Amino acid sequence: MSILVDDSTRLLVQGITGSEGSFHTQRCIAYGTKVVAGVTPGKGDSEHLDVPVFNTIEKAMTETGANASLMFVPPPFAADGILEATEAGMPLVVCITEGIPVLDMVKVHRYLKGKSTRLIGPNCPGVISPGKCKAGIMAGEIHLAGNVGVVSRSGTLTYDVVSQLTSLGIGQSTCVGIGGDALPGSTFVDILKLFEADQETRAVVLIGEIGGSMEQEAAELISREMTKPVVAFVAGGTAPPGKRMGHAGAIITGSAGKASEKTKALLQAGATIAPTPAEVGLTTRKVLERV
Amino acid sequence: MKIHEYQAKAVLAQYGIPVPRGRVAFTPAEAREIASEIGGKVVVKAQVYAGGRGKAGGIEMVDSPQEAQKAAGQLIGTRLVTPQTGPEGVPVSKVLVEEASDVSRELYLSILIDGLSRLPVMMASQAGGMEIEEVAKSTPEKIFKNHIDPVIGLQPFQGRKLSYGMNLNGGQISEGIRLMANLYRLFMDNDCSLAEINPLVVTAGGKLLALDAKLNFDDNALFRHKDIQELQDKEQEEPLEIEARDWGINNYVKMDGDIGCMVNGAGLAMAVNDLIQYCGGRAANFLDIGTLNNTERVVNSFRMFVADPRIRAVLVNIFGGMARVDVIARGIVEAYQQMDIPFPVVTRLAGTNVEEGQRILADSGINFIRAEDFYDGARKVVEAAKGVNK
Repeated sequence: MSILVDDSTRLLVQGITGSEGSFHTQRCIAYGTKVVAGVTPGKGDSEHLDVPVFNTIEKAMTETGANASLMFVPPPFAADGILEATEAGMPLVVCITEGIPVLDMVKVHRYLKGKSTRLIGPNCPGVISPGKCKAGIMAGEIHLAGNVGVVSRSGTLTYDVVSQLTSLGIGQSTCVGIGGDALPGSTFVDILKLFEADQETRAVVLIGEIGGSMEQEAAELISREMTKPVVAFVAGGTAPPGKRMGHAGAIITGSAGKASEKTKALLQAGATIAPTPAEVGLTTRKVLERV
Repeated sequence: MKIHEYQAKAVLAQYGIPVPRGRVAFTPAEAREIASEIGGKVVVKAQVYAGGRGKAGGIEMVDSPQEAQKAAGQLIGTRLVTPQTGPEGVPVSKVLVEEASDVSRELYLSILIDGLSRLPVMMASQAGGMEIEEVAKSTPEKIFKNHIDPVIGLQPFQGRKLSYGMNLNGGQISEGIRLMANLYRLFMDNDCSLAEINPLVVTAGGKLLALDAKLNFDDNALFRHKDIQELQDKEQEEPLEIEARDWGINNYVKMDGDIGCMVNGAGLAMAVNDLIQYCGGRAANFLDIGTLNNTERVVNSFRMFVADPRIRAVLVNIFGGMARVDVIARGIVEAYQQMDIPFPVVTRLAGTNVEEGQRILADSGINFIRAEDFYDGARKVVEAAKGVNK
């Protein structure tokens, strides 16, 4: 098993004909992901990269049985793209787009309430279940199939952590980038629950960063419900307050947003804290030896 | 994005929220003119993006136009140092001159986006005039919150709840509800990330008045608000950060150390800075070059480092995913060809096309300090920075 995506995933790519969409669709296909459809309004009834392209998600789903969507839609139109996928009943939407206005996402979240769609992102690297399915922009070759779940707000820091794990022979069940925005579709709590329920996952690595209070909410869940060990690192301990550190969500506006507060909460909840970002792999190995 | 208080008050006024009479002055003579138009006591307020102006001497209450001129003269052209600015302060090039208000009570009102509920939340308190974080810590019972459903907007009952929470009474209740509805409309119309009136005062005459105001806007939504984008005062931003943006490097934040960092990805860039500190050094900046695959941004990053006299050593830490390591390597070599680079450079490269990238660096004949991994890179750059005498 794994979470969110696996070999039964039939992927649809929103914005498949754009340059980013094309590039990453090719890489997903090369990894072995079943890409069954693309959607670009106005380019329906054509083919791109040997994948049928449709004007609407509804039609694409009816004709191809797509059950997950990977989005490369420019920021001004991305919220509309998420809404269209939700309305069509798409079970999983992975939104890569960076730079969506916050108030657009407020509306999206309001609309998602009570719907069956799960949103990952926006502003994220996507999801990969090594050896089964890659629905994202991460380099597939640094991953290794195994039993550690990874969930992170960052992209490249996750690549580094994953390659630390892989080089120690520690494989991953699924790696989920929940994204660097202030209002992600899925939070640490959402993904931790899925890992807790996943039989294949033995331990979870959580990579947080400054801003918001998602790590504190994760800490509550860890102490209340999680039976599986969690290894954590929170980036941005040296970040100055009030400055946006690249990600829209990575800005310290209150004391809860500080890395030290988040690390403290996770530690108190029973998570094992990696002393530095370079030692997440080693820390995970120690934790696995104890399990 | 931030704007000045005088600009924020103009936006508030457009939305029917009462603000004190006043105007912005760029010279002491103008300040005098405005003060005599207003008549009586006026307040002269330095216009800077940072808070904490009062204690820093940036706000003066004066009795006459002459004194207003003098106060403006003491502020304009200086740098104001507040607890929020750092020791170098921020430049004051204009002051807001407005009528002094007879204040009977100071309240707090704001809207921002709540990450947990993913909804706008309106916060009100009878403890205005101080940092709301302080109020939240010491007297949390004095803060009243209402989440607002964007489908139906702010409802009258919510306005009543907050008005009672601020201890408004009589006609002030309906006045408060109207003001809150207008503030919510302003927030939504303009893609604000924060709309804060602190203090919102009750005057001696019992009227509500926005005595100070702060509006921040969502950077990601500026594309649909050209009018707001034009309000930006570049002078208030860190010069190195403005320069970075002019060179196409959008994710640059100045820090207080002496080690230049060039990293791809925001999380990794933060982690690199953390690791440098762990190894006993201090980063001079946060720099996420992003994933655009061209050499120009790499060359421009080096221009930033060369222009920054604090830099003693540079760490390039790239984990190629979308970004290709060979392109970055080519950019580094180009930088050496185009400028004199006076500091040691540590390179840690991994990911997409790393072999090609390492070969480009090796073939260049330039003496790089090569790091094997993340940790090694931080350790070596800290050592390198210590070895440089400047």
